[in-house]
Amino acid sequence: MMDRTKYLYLAGTVVLAAAPAVLNTYWVDVLNNVGMYAILGLSLNLIVGHAGLFNLGHAAFYAIGAYTAAILNSHFHIPVLWLLPLSALTAGLFALMIARPIIHLRGDYLCIVTIGVGEIVRIALINNVFGITGGANGIFGIDRPQIFGWVIRRPQEFYYLIWLFLMVTVFLFQRLENSRFGRALNYLREDETAAEGSGIHTAHYKLMAFVIGAAWAGMVGNIFAAKMTIISPESFSFWESVLMFTLVILGGSGSIPGVLLGALLIIGLPELFRGFANARMAIFGVAMVAMMIFRTGGILPARPRTYRLPQPAAAVEAKP
Amino acid sequence: MTLLSLNRLTKSFGGLTAVNNVSFQVEGGSIVGLIGPNGAGKTTVFNLITGIYRPNQGEIIFNDGSIVGQPTHRIVSLGIARTFQTIRLFQNLSVLENVLSGCHCRMKSGSLAAMLRLPSQKKEERRAVERALGALTFVGLESQAEQLARNLSYGNQRLLEIARALATEPQLLILDEPAGGMNEQETGALITLIRRLRDRGITVLLIEHDMSLVMRVCERIVVLEYGAKIAEGEPAAIKADPKVIEAYLGTEENE
Ligand SMILES: Nc1ncnc2c1ncn2[C@@H]1O[C@H](COP(=O)(O)OP(=O)(O)OP(=O)(O)O)[C@@H](O)[C@H]1O
Ligand SMILES: [Mg+2]
Repeated sequence: MMDRTKYLYLAGTVVLAAAPAVLNTYWVDVLNNVGMYAILGLSLNLIVGHAGLFNLGHAAFYAIGAYTAAILNSHFHIPVLWLLPLSALTAGLFALMIARPIIHLRGDYLCIVTIGVGEIVRIALINNVFGITGGANGIFGIDRPQIFGWVIRRPQEFYYLIWLFLMVTVFLFQRLENSRFGRALNYLREDETAAEGSGIHTAHYKLMAFVIGAAWAGMVGNIFAAKMTIISPESFSFWESVLMFTLVILGGSGSIPGVLLGALLIIGLPELFRGFANARMAIFGVAMVAMMIFRTGGILPARPRTYRLPQPAAAVEAKP
Repeated sequence: MTLLSLNRLTKSFGGLTAVNNVSFQVEGGSIVGLIGPNGAGKTTVFNLITGIYRPNQGEIIFNDGSIVGQPTHRIVSLGIARTFQTIRLFQNLSVLENVLSGCHCRMKSGSLAAMLRLPSQKKEERRAVERALGALTFVGLESQAEQLARNLSYGNQRLLEIARALATEPQLLILDEPAGGMNEQETGALITLIRRLRDRGITVLLIEHDMSLVMRVCERIVVLEYGAKIAEGEPAAIKADPKVIEAYLGTEENE
């Protein structure tokens, strides 16, 4: 079983590596967006899917990472990719700060507060907070990323940067999921009292889900800033948070393949049906309602973790 | 040696005093029963010990240190584990993973070690699975390790809660109505299990309505009524105590 998924990933990698050779620039750019939203979705999946904390303000962390890169690059000309860890750090610290007082809130209350946080960040950016965010116009003239003197400029080049980042993310998050850390998030999602009563520091893990999720979104923000060379508050609206949330729930919360599929459907599919752009919201809505009724785990729901059981006796008995 | 000592513990909810000035001790290596009619405050005492509630007054001393005000997860890592009166398993996770939650507090690897999959982390994971299977074997559920918790029978779910608590490597195990919903045969096996726990060096404090179980397995019994302690002693003395008999009049038919 493990082997089959490995081959699937391998085949996927080959197809992806070849994609820019056969697609035109427009479609490569669509795939770039799919890739970025997939990473954003995976980062949100830690919070929403694994820890079960409803966060509808994820765009705030994305924005903070993007603005960190934009401000430091345009003022001090630090190469954008060098700023990746810093974007992660600022977004993570911001999450630490705002999540601490609100994580004890339950379900719907937390959801409402995170919407508020997302809006406050966006409005602060519009109001040129600290005089460094450029107000509604945003920040111009962000440098292109460079790797060993090679400037990444064309969508085809960004494609490899973004999808490599996505693959690294999948690799790391898969390990994270299948660990003491990942389990702890699931325990607190299933029953917080029982988790705490079994010795899990639930408040700490909720906070860490937010911090790691935010840090990752911050890094996507960095790449977004470098890709656009200009960013403004409107790129980080409530709608962005809704997209990320939707793709996680629709694809399969707590499931990496689910989130990847979700990103493809939510970001990629509408491009196929440009003509019906107006119907997009309605289709989303219907799909979400159908999902909530017929397939609550999403299209590709999370699968139980597998463990290698050391005792052959137990393993033989388990097989019917 | 006294392992746990409650001193003049009081807890009220609004106008209701659920636990009223209760004191008793639990000796290391003993099996102690906490009984009383419905609503007497037994579960509240457990919630005070495990830090879910904070007492209005009084002290809780475990291993010579006060644990009042400590968060629940910390109290678990100090060595007190519990089961719940209404079963609280992670229903959608496997039986093995339910027990692994108990191993958590004896493990160290964090998120970074997991992402890098350090050798120490891999080794720790392997050992945790072994220990979890050990706890499952102890309660007799090892063949169900890969089932989802919700697919277990009611009696087995109670055993799984015990296995999960056991995985935290407790010194003191507190069981809230462990025989609730069990049939006669399962209850018999539970009695053996509780004795085996004690033989493993674990002190047991239990709440139970099944008087035959309490009388057979407990060495000491504490009786609560309306939040206050009305009697304490050995099973034979408790059985004969007129105050206890009066408290149980009309509520004893579920014996
Ligand atoms: N969180 C709470 N808020 C308000 N009242 C509570 C709370 N918890 C318990 N009580 C009340 O405290 C009293 C004691 O409850 P407790 O659950 O400790 O009883 P018990 O002895 O465990 O009863 P049972 O045998 O039915 O389980 C009851 O009157 C109950 O309603
Ligand atoms: Mg009770």
